[in-house]
Amino acid sequence: MKAVLGELLQGRPVFVNIGVRAFGDTLRQAGFEVVQVDWAPPAGGDPRLAALLDELL
Amino acid sequence: MIRKTVVRRNRYLDSVFLMQVARRMSERPGIEDASALLGTDANRAVLAGLGFEVLDAGPNDLVVALAGEAAAVDAVATDLEAWLAPGVPGAAPDPRSLEEALRTRAADLAVISVPGAHAAREARAALRAGLHVFLFSSNVSLEDEVSLKLEARDRGLIVMGPDCGTAYLAGAGLGFTNAIRRGPIGLVGSTGTGMQEFACLVHLAGSGISNGIGTGGRDLSDAVAGLSTLAGIDALEADPATRVIAVLSKPPGAAATRKLAERLGRCAKPVVQCLLGGEDTLDDAVIRALREVGVEAPAFLLPRTDPPFLGLRPEQRHVRGLFAGGTLCYQAQAIFRQAGLTVHSNAPLHGMETLEDPDRSLGNTFLDMGAEYFVEGRPHPMIDGTQRRRRLEKELRDPSVGVLLLDFILGTLSSPDPVGEVLDLLPGGLCVAASVCGTEGDTQGLESQVRALKEAGVRVFPTAAQAARFCRDVALTLQEGP
Repeated sequence: MKAVLGELLQGRPVFVNIGVRAFGDTLRQAGFEVVQVDWAPPAGGDPRLAALLDELL
Repeated sequence: MIRKTVVRRNRYLDSVFLMQVARRMSERPGIEDASALLGTDANRAVLAGLGFEVLDAGPNDLVVALAGEAAAVDAVATDLEAWLAPGVPGAAPDPRSLEEALRTRAADLAVISVPGAHAAREARAALRAGLHVFLFSSNVSLEDEVSLKLEARDRGLIVMGPDCGTAYLAGAGLGFTNAIRRGPIGLVGSTGTGMQEFACLVHLAGSGISNGIGTGGRDLSDAVAGLSTLAGIDALEADPATRVIAVLSKPPGAAATRKLAERLGRCAKPVVQCLLGGEDTLDDAVIRALREVGVEAPAFLLPRTDPPFLGLRPEQRHVRGLFAGGTLCYQAQAIFRQAGLTVHSNAPLHGMETLEDPDRSLGNTFLDMGAEYFVEGRPHPMIDGTQRRRRLEKELRDPSVGVLLLDFILGTLSSPDPVGEVLDLLPGGLCVAASVCGTEGDTQGLESQVRALKEAGVRVFPTAAQAARFCRDVALTLQEGP
């Protein structure tokens, strides 16, 4: 889905929450739809290795 | 009493969730102390300070430290997985990646708060999937910020952040937000606590916020050149619910100033610009914005004269400000600077003194307790007041301290009782001034937080600028001497 920001402000946005679960919980309690990602550091927590893998894949 | 630490290798859970887990564990009968932390160097040092044997653990490992009666500690340790299980018991597991998430449901905006080293990667993936980004994470490089924002612009999207604390979008509060009414005032801001206080004051004055777009603190630097600020202005200009646009920031870079002035000059809606760090305050900006929508500023926003504080001993000459809100620390320095008063700070305003050792106050000192130095591996002081409480204890042992200036920020994610975290420490014989940022709809209860402070003899102000002005006046009398 792609909405320009102006359209987003007038609609009913759907969120993906990556990280602190409490952010998603708050949005859900306010009646918004949220997909929570169970995030873990990629490539064993090494951001440089993750970037390298991104390039290769 | 026994102490026990348990390590779970390669187990990531966010710091707020872990703090909530630790709080729940601490409430169990027989548990005296519980911590659940990732094994970063800073966190292992904290645990060592609490007397826990620190096992071999790295930043990707989860460490749970428990102290209390043997039976209670063993019961929690044995059942650890149940304590650490996020989400609803029995529900389908959450998707493990953005890509997987978008296969289950199309979405508009990604809220990203992973550790800074991984944040740009997630943000880039979100943009490429056509999502706007609210990037709460800090520690994202300037280079990544610029490239993300350019990519967003090219795709017709926005990146709010990095280090974006607050946004209000279509009635949804992202990050640290308060229970505010929707209304005709649109907000674009590079300051999280500044946006929170602005929105609360607008609400308390009877008006409301249409949308509030956070941009991240560096957006108006010359390197970023206001990419998100400009996108936010465009969106609010087109937003039928917005009648006036308020732009809040610290002073922009020279090139960004020109770009912003050019854009604001051709804006089809009235604009209120608030440049903190000079003579402007959040209060002034709120009054101007209210005027634009035909609301007269209520009395609580107008400058007031408070009775002086009497009774300090001659040696009590210094003001110490311990701020949870970085913007409020910045604004207070500006108010002191205008009066010719020098302040030492870990986040100094231009012309103020840098506090070389953030752990040691000097003369008048204003501390941004949310700065990286204080929050690395620990919760932000708005979420958990432990760090600020420790610092307050230290300041109270300094006989040269006469005035304390504090801010309390209510709202989502903030501590359930920010005032209660320090109330028992607030002594007599000292001038204590505080502001409380919040609304009657915030779960902490604006009225009860204010009442608790007043009953403890604290001078309570409805805005941070008023509290800072009061302290400035006391500081001037201290400087003059008896």
